[in-house]
Amino acid sequence: MTAEPSTDPLQLTGDGQLRNFLSIEGLPRSVLEQILDNAASFVDVGDRAIKKVPLLRGKTVVNLFFEASTRTRTTFELAAKRLSADVLNIDIARSATSKGESLMDMLRNLEAMASDMFVVRHADSGAPHYIARHATPEVAIINAGDGRHAHPTQAMLDMYTIRHYKGGFAGLKVAIIGDILHSRVARSQIHALNILGAEEVRVIGPRTLLPADIEHLGVSVYHDLSQGLRDVDVVIALRLQKERMDSALLPSESEFFRLYGLNNERLRQAHPDAIIMHPGPINRGVEIASEVADGERSVILHQVTFGIAVRMAVMSMCMSGRETEQRSRGGDHATAR
Amino acid sequence: MQPRADLLIRKARVIDPASGRDEVADLLVEDGRLLRIGASLDAPGAELVDAEGLWLLPGLVDSCVRLPEPGNHRTGSLHSETRAAAAGGITHLCATPDTDPVIDSTAVVRLIRERAMKAGFARIMPMAALTQGLQGQQLAELATLRDAGCIAVSNAGHRVQDALILKRSLEYAATFDLPVVFRPQDAALSSGGCAHEGPVATRLGLPGIPSVAETVDLARALLLVEATGVRAHFHQLSCAASVALLRHAKAQGLNVTADVSIHHLLLDESAIEGFNSFCHISPPLRSRADRDALMQGVIDGTVDAISSQHIPLGGSAKLAPFPSTRPGISGLDTLLSLVLELVQRDQLPLRRALDAITAAPARCLGVSAGRLEEGRLASLCLIDPNATRLPAEDWLSAGRNSPWLDTELPGTVRLTVCEGKVTWLSD
Repeated sequence: MTAEPSTDPLQLTGDGQLRNFLSIEGLPRSVLEQILDNAASFVDVGDRAIKKVPLLRGKTVVNLFFEASTRTRTTFELAAKRLSADVLNIDIARSATSKGESLMDMLRNLEAMASDMFVVRHADSGAPHYIARHATPEVAIINAGDGRHAHPTQAMLDMYTIRHYKGGFAGLKVAIIGDILHSRVARSQIHALNILGAEEVRVIGPRTLLPADIEHLGVSVYHDLSQGLRDVDVVIALRLQKERMDSALLPSESEFFRLYGLNNERLRQAHPDAIIMHPGPINRGVEIASEVADGERSVILHQVTFGIAVRMAVMSMCMSGRETEQRSRGGDHATAR
Repeated sequence: MQPRADLLIRKARVIDPASGRDEVADLLVEDGRLLRIGASLDAPGAELVDAEGLWLLPGLVDSCVRLPEPGNHRTGSLHSETRAAAAGGITHLCATPDTDPVIDSTAVVRLIRERAMKAGFARIMPMAALTQGLQGQQLAELATLRDAGCIAVSNAGHRVQDALILKRSLEYAATFDLPVVFRPQDAALSSGGCAHEGPVATRLGLPGIPSVAETVDLARALLLVEATGVRAHFHQLSCAASVALLRHAKAQGLNVTADVSIHHLLLDESAIEGFNSFCHISPPLRSRADRDALMQGVIDGTVDAISSQHIPLGGSAKLAPFPSTRPGISGLDTLLSLVLELVQRDQLPLRRALDAITAAPARCLGVSAGRLEEGRLASLCLIDPNATRLPAEDWLSAGRNSPWLDTELPGTVRLTVCEGKVTWLSD
């Protein structure tokens, strides 16, 4: 398909710094590595008696959640607070915007409150792009999950986890199992793994759960779990939503588990040092057996810890990218608000 | 209301695809009638139009337009949209019946005709609803609607689910030799989708509409057309497999025709990159190979006509994340320019291109239009093929939902005459 753009003006400043974090696609490897490096420096902030650094002091971060998600919102909130920002949580049921107030009007109101950053979760693919394009240039936009499109901070915390346990990406074989079709996490992981130089990314699932032409994203496709797991270094199981059974995508949870559920027996195909990951929350006995989720190769709980550090890294990078951008634009723009 | 025109158009390149005429000539319109086409005509009373270097074409016929009226919360009016048509050289518009209320009663037909007449910019040829309320349950009064002025029947984008009801509807329409217009798309296979099921939609995480959503419905329709012998026209084909099905049907001798939107000939799925909602249309823009097959279909005549697939939308319709925007492009303002663009790019021969927006759509719908005929009320347009325009600067449709607003395009319209009256004149 079309080549990826070398620079993405919506996400990067003129000198290549992060200004919005909307999707992994289009970002250079150096920026992804910088996120991982910065996250590493934030990991131990959580272990201190005073868990705060002043990088976002005086800034206002608005968590704009059009789709409920306590878990993701909480990690963003913690990340912002550890950076000393003021945090505003706005949970908007999608119907609220149709009750007369358009998305644009609502954004204008929030901008008027001198917000500096929107963390956006939305059921529509492309919503953060839309907001980034229409919001005032002073506000940084961070994608906290849009439709089936992207969940870039989740993918980066997964990359952090992989680097933490594997030391890097060169030569790695990674398998992603299950509902790729509906998964924004999987799409972002695939982009990140390819940009960071993993040797092979595999997707494993029945044809009903694999989107059309997925191999264009740079993956190899497997329908058989045992074959797909052979010699892999990282295994990522995706959450299977219960409603997938309603639309004839799958006959039953038990058949899915029988064919694609991770258990110790199947994991013997993988590399002996393979790690097991899952973006959570897990369905035990559906995509993953308890023996695996709680087993010694599972790094699922560590993923959560790293999540806060990665989000702190992304937030502080977007904010400093914007500050340099505004300084370089000159005094007029910098004092406009 | 405009009086009937007396015009002597001098030294234009007169191109009439229906007759094959392509020559520099004069054209005389007297009391609205196209009196003569010939060399060095003279008419003392007529207004002189020096048309050296310009092209004189039949008035364009657009086979697929959605009217803003009658309807609630729709953008534009018959006045605004027919004026945009006239400025684009279009004289005849074939309107889909999915107005609100739908065109299933003579009252609605009369209302549309009266408002169009009052506006006076173009001839609207309404299609009647095939079934009452487009519900797919009960036949509409097709013969009555024909007598009221409907030129064809269609269930628009509302697929008749029940094959028995569809078969009977076709038989009934065939009784009165009414052409039936299909917009093939299976409801279940396209449900929830907003982009072509393919690599771009997969990467952008947009729910897809597979090509088979179109072909499965097209195949059913073709079999029922064959069984009933009705005359059928297919709107808005979007994929290579549909062109193949149609080519086969025509080879079998079926009485079928088809159109494609100009946008499907110029754009493919890559146009929605970056979540560009101006390119969110239905059926969706498909792959490059689909686009090439549609073009080949137009070149070899399998696809007869090119339409604007005009859907004017208000400013807020596209102000949302891609999946929540409404599909559609406001197309009347750019139909001619975009067809000329295809010709300039050497993708479509000139005569076939002009045929596809004049005589061919008229032929498909069985109406007398889209040709320069001596003795009849004149419908024509005079264009400058060498001038360029920026659509945003001369836009007239109330819907500004177009991906072409800021693209420099060829062709400006100097004069449009619809059924003997001047409907557009620019200097």
